[in-house]
Amino acid sequence: MLAPLISCKRSMMDIRLDGIGHSYDDFEVMRDISLDISSGQIVCIVGPSGCGKSTLLRFIGGLERPKLGRVLQLGEPPAGCLNPLTYIFQDFALLPWRSVSGNISLVLEDHGIKGAAADKIIEDVLARTKLSDFAKALPKQLSGGMKQRVAIARALAVKPAVMLMDEPLSALDSQTRELLMDDLVELWTRQPFTAVYVTHNLAEAVRLGHRVVVLSRRPGKIREVVDIDKPLAAREFGDADLEKTQKYLWQLMRDEARAADAELLHG
Amino acid sequence: MDETGTSVAFRGGGFAPKSRRWVGVVVFVALVLFVEWGTRAGWISSLSLPRPSDVFETFRQLYDSGLLFKHLGPSLSRLTVGAILGASVGISVGILIGLFSYVRSGLVPLVAAIFPIPKIALLPLFVIWFGIGEGSKYALIAFGTFTPTVVATYGAVDNVDRTLIRMGQSFGLSWWSIVRKIVLPGAMPGILSGLRISLAIAIILLVAAEMLGAEYGIGAYILEAGSLYDLERLFAGVVILSLLGVLVSGVIGMAERRLLGWRT
Repeated sequence: MLAPLISCKRSMMDIRLDGIGHSYDDFEVMRDISLDISSGQIVCIVGPSGCGKSTLLRFIGGLERPKLGRVLQLGEPPAGCLNPLTYIFQDFALLPWRSVSGNISLVLEDHGIKGAAADKIIEDVLARTKLSDFAKALPKQLSGGMKQRVAIARALAVKPAVMLMDEPLSALDSQTRELLMDDLVELWTRQPFTAVYVTHNLAEAVRLGHRVVVLSRRPGKIREVVDIDKPLAAREFGDADLEKTQKYLWQLMRDEARAADAELLHG
Repeated sequence: MDETGTSVAFRGGGFAPKSRRWVGVVVFVALVLFVEWGTRAGWISSLSLPRPSDVFETFRQLYDSGLLFKHLGPSLSRLTVGAILGASVGISVGILIGLFSYVRSGLVPLVAAIFPIPKIALLPLFVIWFGIGEGSKYALIAFGTFTPTVVATYGAVDNVDRTLIRMGQSFGLSWWSIVRKIVLPGAMPGILSGLRISLAIAIILLVAAEMLGAEYGIGAYILEAGSLYDLERLFAGVVILSLLGVLVSGVIGMAERRLLGWRT
């Protein structure tokens, strides 16, 4: 009886990508991607457009199936975790007909969490995302940044083991993006979470990533993995060392990004 | 340089009609007054158009004699039963078509084949199937409401934002939850605008349904007046149908305001 208790307490869930490859018909989009995502880390995936980074994220969360390779879940998700692999989408994906709190209760209802228990969770996640005053608002009343914070609150409500973030800030203007990056850093500092963060924005990658994975152009392969040791909370807008890393990442990608841009769209 | 300059000419604006509440009523009243004037002055002969005041008088008599509700009662119940039957089956089938490949492949051609059939032509068939009583009338109205509702509904389901459905799946929502909480509300705008059309069709078919074996009913009243060339009564009946149409459209408008307040 002791063993499960201990594993519950120290539960860690890692994700391992094992030789992921994918193709549409004869068109190879991804080749042999192996990567470990260890818990408590934010792993950023960057790459030129069309390298399949969003597709990779859909593989990790089981929304799509790769032709080759496996996505493995190592260890057990923490106790109380309702949805181990939880997405945050670029376009927020809020139900426009539900209020802010309704959108959060949507993901709790299916787990049988209703009434006071749900209210408690909703109150907690809204407080953590600074949305407490907007519980009754409809999505149409919110700005883009607020909508994404609602989506983050919704993700927090199911206590995910790993957050899968698909260009979460790309639909926002640059000022809102800075603010939300600060919010994310604050969230992580208070309670470290695991995340896979897909972006094409290198500034986001160096601000939020403990590791930055650079993918190459089609077929997407891992080009390089860059670790950034500086603690998240110590990173700031325009840090010289981060700029250096960002420049380095851009050099890795530059030629491929140009080639990707010049390519005719497939299909 | 010229200090005063010329102000830039305004060339934006327009192309954004707004609803002006009373204009519709004014147009309607003006039209009625115009006809009244024409029939009184004599340049509209009483054979070509009845005098509005006479129509109103007929309507008042109908009301006073209690016949109005004798006619309205059966008509409303036929309309309600038929339309609810047709619309609910139509919405269900439309959702199934929107969700399942086999249902879609099997039923879309069938619906396309049924849609253009004038349902009135099938009235004799319905009489054989469901009898000369209420059954055939319900069936005709239901059948006529069914097809436009199906088409509107599956179109609406097709238009539900797929990213919302993926979101539901990514949070582990059950299939039934996704249908109930994401697909249905997402399709509601399309379903309601489809209902506007199907319910208007239901009113049209009401008259057809009362062609056979109906003693009372607005349709029977109009048809009887028509065969006697009693234009006052004919128009009184038509006015009732129009009011019914306005009423139905108003009810749907209310439902839209209540259910679709979330739209931008």
